[in-house]
Amino acid sequence: MNEITITIDGKAVQTQEGEFILNAARANGVFIPAICYLSRCSPTLACRICLVEADGKQVYACNAKAKEGMNVVTTTSTIEDEKRAIMEVYDVNHPLECGVCDQSGECELQNYTLELGVDSQSYSIPDTFKPVQDWGLIKYDPALCIMCERCITVCKDMIGDGALSTVARGGDAIDPALKESMPKDAYAMWNKLNKSLIAPNAGTTLDCTNCGECTSVCPVGALVSTDFQYTSNAWELHQVPATCTHCSAGCQISYDIKHTSVEDPEDKIYRVKNEWNYVSLCGSGRYGYDFQNSDVTKDAGQFNAAIAAFKKADTISFTSTITNEEAMILQRLKEKFGYRLINEEARIFKSFLNSYSAISGQSLYSGNLKEVHDSDFVVSIGSALKTDNPNARFAMNNAISMNKGAGLYFHPINDPVINDMSKNVTQFNHAAMMEEAALYLMLDLFGDKTAMPSQIVDYLATFHSTKTVTIEETIDEKVTETVVKKVLNEETGIEEEVSEEVTKTVKKKVSKEVEVDDNRLYDLLNAPAGFADTLTKYLAKKEKFALMVGPDLYSHPNADNCARLVALIEKYTAFNVTMIPNLSNTLGAALICDLDTTAGSYTIGYNTTGNFTLSALGDGDLDMPALNQQEGTLTSIDKRVNPTNAAVGFGGYILNDIANALGFNESLTINYTKQLPVNAGFESVEFDSLPNHYTNAGVEVRGYVLKTQSVSINGDESVIAFDEKNAMSNALVYLANPVLQFTPFTAKAHQLKESGGLYASTAFMSANGVIEGDRVRVKTAQGEIVVNVIADGKIEGEIPYLPTFDTQINSGALFDGYRFANVSIQKV
Amino acid sequence: MHVDPFTDRNVSEQSAYYYVDMGEYPQTGWGKFKQVVKRSLKGELFVGLWVVMREMIKFDIHTVQYPKEKLPIGPRYRAVHKLLRLWESGFERCIGCGLCEKICISDCIRMDTRIDEESRKEVTEYSINLGRCIFCGYCAEVCPELAIVHGDRYENASEQRAHFVIKDDMLTPLDFLTAGQQKEYPGFGAITPHEDERVTKTPLAY
Repeated sequence: MNEITITIDGKAVQTQEGEFILNAARANGVFIPAICYLSRCSPTLACRICLVEADGKQVYACNAKAKEGMNVVTTTSTIEDEKRAIMEVYDVNHPLECGVCDQSGECELQNYTLELGVDSQSYSIPDTFKPVQDWGLIKYDPALCIMCERCITVCKDMIGDGALSTVARGGDAIDPALKESMPKDAYAMWNKLNKSLIAPNAGTTLDCTNCGECTSVCPVGALVSTDFQYTSNAWELHQVPATCTHCSAGCQISYDIKHTSVEDPEDKIYRVKNEWNYVSLCGSGRYGYDFQNSDVTKDAGQFNAAIAAFKKADTISFTSTITNEEAMILQRLKEKFGYRLINEEARIFKSFLNSYSAISGQSLYSGNLKEVHDSDFVVSIGSALKTDNPNARFAMNNAISMNKGAGLYFHPINDPVINDMSKNVTQFNHAAMMEEAALYLMLDLFGDKTAMPSQIVDYLATFHSTKTVTIEETIDEKVTETVVKKVLNEETGIEEEVSEEVTKTVKKKVSKEVEVDDNRLYDLLNAPAGFADTLTKYLAKKEKFALMVGPDLYSHPNADNCARLVALIEKYTAFNVTMIPNLSNTLGAALICDLDTTAGSYTIGYNTTGNFTLSALGDGDLDMPALNQQEGTLTSIDKRVNPTNAAVGFGGYILNDIANALGFNESLTINYTKQLPVNAGFESVEFDSLPNHYTNAGVEVRGYVLKTQSVSINGDESVIAFDEKNAMSNALVYLANPVLQFTPFTAKAHQLKESGGLYASTAFMSANGVIEGDRVRVKTAQGEIVVNVIADGKIEGEIPYLPTFDTQINSGALFDGYRFANVSIQKV
Repeated sequence: MHVDPFTDRNVSEQSAYYYVDMGEYPQTGWGKFKQVVKRSLKGELFVGLWVVMREMIKFDIHTVQYPKEKLPIGPRYRAVHKLLRLWESGFERCIGCGLCEKICISDCIRMDTRIDEESRKEVTEYSINLGRCIFCGYCAEVCPELAIVHGDRYENASEQRAHFVIKDDMLTPLDFLTAGQQKEYPGFGAITPHEDERVTKTPLAY
């Protein structure tokens, strides 16, 4: 990509070669109207309002690429006429219900109608009857829809559900006479608009992962949140910039708050908004916002009990749903009083990182989700991607759909969502415990064998053998036939039969024996037949490779070896590696706290069980603020320290109060922001100086990025072989959460309330003779529980999973570290 | 009227300002005493006394017997608000658009809305804090539905000001409406005469 200069309206603009003119203009503060274009997605060319003149030729700015020295004029009289006609057409039959419309002024139709000064209407067409459709969390009002198709575009190019498409609108056709009298583009745009409407592919309701991104990109009030509808006007809402606290993606969001009602002046979160041009939210982030611990007052008795408990305790156990500052307080408490800090999932992540560092020499992995977005070959190993980190899934889908990319997905559970991304994605539903084989396969396929340690090269060679296979080939064969034709003799006028020789080519199938390389790793990983050829196709013209590894590897019994293999992949292949931390702030907790393996005799539980429990869920011995009631920072998958602010108030005691009562002296929790450990990559900066926004060019200006530290290495790059006998072939159960859930906090939000169970695919249910709602006893070597069966249409195969979000189900106790466990499931 | 002459505040031939002919103020004590006596004992005093006497004898009294009697107030007078109903259906005119809430310069209007069973936006609560209301009339002026208007109730004596501005009290009672008692509001924001002539009509295909 070369830096080039183009001129837009006389202003010299620096941009990348091949960048769309619209993006170049936006990044440099030149306004070009555009309705249907979405950054990071493919141009739709539905609205045609981004018309500009480039080097004297009319082009669409969203679709025309910038070339060196290009001269762009954003407005000419023809363009003005087109734009005006386009806006008039958009206003045809648009219901005048702006007074109640949920867009309440944040409406691009309204804005552009006013911007272009449309004060009269020249066009008309009979309206059709289009009733409002209820799609569950979302409502669609086709009467308000302007068919910009942004919802379809984002769903396909970004989210990867592809749950929406256009259907016929019905109604009258446009008067063909208008073709002559109307501006050309306006007519074409109207013609398209007048033929279609949006509809879910699944019929009358949505079959998707409920991210709600379609409602967020809708320029008008056609797609709205069912829960939010008619509850508030946009202008009344005060936006609190924040960071989503549900998973490690750490998406930029704003909590929109307002007083609860006429009687109740307390702040309430009405909705969550995102900068949809630059960040896409999943359903948990969008709908799971009201998890605050409300109606808490300062109870000095409970507080004193907590202090007494802290004096008595020798262990603090906590989860990674915690800010960096709180983690810092816990670490300080440890340093001062010698508490043991227990956070198992952060500890295994940290030990994974350490093992990785031992080979890579870097304290942190090299990649981030932005790089995944920009890559064209994405591999995911050891993660139930769509539920572990939805944004990682969006990144993979976006990379594959926008960069003509391809991808591989290694996971024991078949995920139809991954299949739907593109036909250029292959799923390896390998047996559990075979993650190392997947990592070895990566080294085998992509590793630089001349540079790799010979031990590994030799080991990889043991998987290869040549075998003779019979393949069917289609070849072209020339066949000569004698054909008898009737030809009219022109002299005599009589038909005569004439023989003629005709040569033609026919396709013929022949069997052929060829010697091919047989890679046994493919079999071990259950590769689909003919994968070697598929891969060759995938790899054509690929330049940027991204690997995402997930929590299955951190909890793997051979996690240490997995981490070393990941480091080797990073070192000897073109892949850059991104690790998906298990929970919101697993990375932060792992870097800040010295974590211990075993608990002592008396445990303080913070958002987890203990002898004395501090809980933001409101079910403990002392109430704590939830993450939407706190200010602080969270460390994301992108190694970024993102600030978040308190959206709603909290009346009780916070961790800092306890720390102060125990002898510390910091007025605010955020005083710890600048004390975060610099040697772990944090910066010594004040919380209030941390920004949280995106620029018009899409640059993420949020917090700061952790500095990767170099780690001394001893040059030992040995890895151990995996034992294929470890493959778990019996009935298994997995530890994961369903779509929309991450922690008890998501389940607390009123739109996402649900109780967990054993989530199972249709295949599992029919194989085991259970139906949704049946009670089953799930028994593993570690214990047993009785839960309901819940059908999950978003998984396939025969491995069900147990969630961690439901505090009623102690699913963690059934697993011995690793996310898979042998199981017997019986109906009760 | 041109403002230019008034911008020049120097009193001169050219400016619009001039000195009023006041006469000389008395300077001495004796002079002041003479002026008081002259003003007090002028016959004009008795002119006024005679008018009162004459009207008293004629029993033609112009005093408004408030509170038995009330003067009519101008249509544009801005007293305590009312919420009107639609004549035809009796539904509330208020659609809950929130413009009054937005425009209110003393920030004293609040409303709660929700989606009702018929998928309409319903205003469940509406309140005006009369302790803060300055009766500027912006709410009535901005209302696109002529739903909130200023009524003619200017007597604000009650135990609590809030009594005037509970939604149920402001809303036209249904029996009042059916009896044809709801008055259309001619004040701020009402449609001006000959409005039809000024509207550019949107073409309709049917």
